[in-house]
Amino acid sequence: MKKLIIPALLALIVAGCSSSPDIGAEQSGAPVEGRDGKVNTVNAGGMGSSQLPAVLTDPKSILSKRSVYFDYDRFDIKPEYADLVSAHAKFLVNNRQFKMLIQGNTDERGSREYNLALGQKRADAVKKALILLGAQEEQVESVSLGEEKPACVDQNDSCWAKNRRGDMLYSGEF
Amino acid sequence: MSKCRYNLDFSKGFKAMMRTFRHLILLCAAALSFSAQAQLSIEVTGAGANRIPVTIADFGGEAGLSRAITGVIRGDLERSGLFKMVEQAQMPMTEASSVDFNAARSRGADALAAGSIGAVDNGRYEARFRLYDINKQSQLAGAAFVTTQPLLRAAGHRIADVIYEKLIGEPGVFSTRIAYVVKVGVGRFELQIADADGQNAQAALISKEPIISPTWSPDGARLAYVSFENKKPVIYVHSLASGKRTVVANFKGSNSAPAWSPDGSRLAVVLTKNGGSQIFTVNADGSGVNRITSSSAIDTEPQFSPDGRFIYFTSDRGGSPQVYRMPASGGAAERVTFEGTYNVTPRLSPDGRSMAFISRRDGGFRLAVMDLASRQVQILTDSHKDESPSFAPNGRMILIATEIGNRGVLSAVSIDGRIKQRLSVAAGDVREPAWGPFQK
Repeated sequence: MKKLIIPALLALIVAGCSSSPDIGAEQSGAPVEGRDGKVNTVNAGGMGSSQLPAVLTDPKSILSKRSVYFDYDRFDIKPEYADLVSAHAKFLVNNRQFKMLIQGNTDERGSREYNLALGQKRADAVKKALILLGAQEEQVESVSLGEEKPACVDQNDSCWAKNRRGDMLYSGEF
Repeated sequence: MSKCRYNLDFSKGFKAMMRTFRHLILLCAAALSFSAQAQLSIEVTGAGANRIPVTIADFGGEAGLSRAITGVIRGDLERSGLFKMVEQAQMPMTEASSVDFNAARSRGADALAAGSIGAVDNGRYEARFRLYDINKQSQLAGAAFVTTQPLLRAAGHRIADVIYEKLIGEPGVFSTRIAYVVKVGVGRFELQIADADGQNAQAALISKEPIISPTWSPDGARLAYVSFENKKPVIYVHSLASGKRTVVANFKGSNSAPAWSPDGSRLAVVLTKNGGSQIFTVNADGSGVNRITSSSAIDTEPQFSPDGRFIYFTSDRGGSPQVYRMPASGGAAERVTFEGTYNVTPRLSPDGRSMAFISRRDGGFRLAVMDLASRQVQILTDSHKDESPSFAPNGRMILIATEIGNRGVLSAVSIDGRIKQRLSVAAGDVREPAWGPFQK
C-alpha cells in the first residue's frame, strides 16, 4: 500500500501546481479567446472530464481508476481495492472543493428495486471507507443505479462480475 | 376531450337496464405525445378450462365502423381466455332484431350480443347493443355509448366490459390502461401508456436514462415512477393529461420504490438519506416526509394493503430477502414468506386476499401467489426471469415482465395460472408493467 501512496501523493502535488486550486464545476467557465471572435461555451451543468486535473484522468495515475468490484452478494471492499480507495480519499482530503458521486451497481439477477438497494450498499461501503480516510460527508454522495446501467450485458459469470461495481465520479463527470 | 356516455333517451326498451348504467362515462383523450414505434402485440398462450360459448353478431351500420367495433369486442373477449366465439346464425342482426333463440342455441351459443353503430350529429356516433341469455331466452343487458371515430375502439371496450361483467360476474378490464417501459436500442427509454389490448401506445416520458417502478395513482390520472435522468434515482409524480411532473423525493442518496396509499394522498417510498434503504411515507407533493422503518437491513418495495392498514415490503433483516408486513404507520413487522431464500416484490390483489410476489425456485425467478388466509403458495410460471407483478383491477390476471430469447416481454397470467397472454414490442425490450385502475 505504501508503495502506491507516495506516487499518488507526488501526482497530487504535481497536479496542485499545474491546475488552479478553484477548478470546481461552477468556477470553470472557459475563457473567451480573442483570436477569431470565437466564444467557448460555458457548460453550467458541469465540466467535461477532459477539464479535470490530469492526475484524475492520466492512465498512469491510480486516480484514473474509478471502479471497485464486489463478489456476488457481498458488499465489503476487497483488499485489492484498498490502495485505490485510499488514494481517492487523499485526493478528496487535499481538494475539499471536489465532490464525488459514488454509483453502486449490481448484476441483473432478481428484483430491480431490491438490486437498487444492493447497489446502494456497495456505494455506501465505498463512501464509508472514504470518510474513514478523511473525506467529508458533504463531499461524497452514494447512490445506486441497481441493475439499470450494466457495463456488460451478456448473461454469464464474468459479465455479471463486471456489473457488481461501485464507480467513483468527480464533479463534472456526473 | 371527447365524451362517450350512455344516452339516457336511447330506447324505451332499455330504460330498465339503463338504471344500472346511469353514471356518466368520460373517455379522456390524454394529451400525450404519440409514439410512432412499438405497438404492443398480444399472443394468447393458454385458455380457461370452461370457456363460455358466445356469439357476437356483426354490428349493423356503416361497414368500416361496424367491422371495427365488432372486431374490438370479439378480440377483447377472446383474449381473456374465458370465451369461445360462436358464429352467428341470424344474418344480418342488430339490437333491434328479434332473436331466433333456437337458431342461436343450435350453434351452441350460451349468450348472444347484437348491435349497431350510427351517426348522431357532428362527428359523433352512437354504438348500441343488447346481450341475451340464449338458454333463458331473455335480455341480460343493453346499453348505448356515444363516441367519436377516434374513440371507436374505446366504445368497443366498454361494450366488451358490459358483456364480460354480465357473463362472468365481475367487472371487465378491457377499458383500462397499462403503463410499461420500453428500452429501444442503447440509451432510449420510453414510459408508455397503452390500452389494455396494447393499442394506442403513447409515450408519457422519453429519456436517455432508465425509468423504473411506474405505479398508477388510484384515480388513474397520475403515475409515480423512478427516473435516473439526473444520474441517480429520483421519484416523480407525472400527471398524464398535462405532462406536468412533480419531484416527490430527491434527497441525498437514492430515492425509489414509490407506492400509492389507497386514497392517493400519500406515497410509501424508499430513501437512503439517513443511511441504508429504509421506508418512508411522503405526501404526493413531496411534503411531510415520515420515516416508518428503522432497521439496519434493506427495507424496500413497500406496498399498501387495499384497506390501507398494512404495508407489505421486502427486507433482508432475516438474512435473505423475504416479504414482511407492518402497520401502515410503522411498528413491529411480521414475516409473510418462508419457503425459499429469495421472495421479493409483494403486490396485493385488489380484494386484499392474495399476494403476488417473485420467488426464486430451482434457480429461476418465478411468479408466485399466496392466499393470505391460508398462507398457501402457488407458483404460476416456469420462467427464469419474472419481475414486477401487477394485478388487473378486477384481480383476475397478473401482469409481469419476463424474458423470452433474451428479450424483455410482458406476460399476463391468470391467478389460477391457466391463461397466459404475451405482450411484446417488435422494436425493443419491454419491462416494468403497471396495470391501471378501472376508468372512472
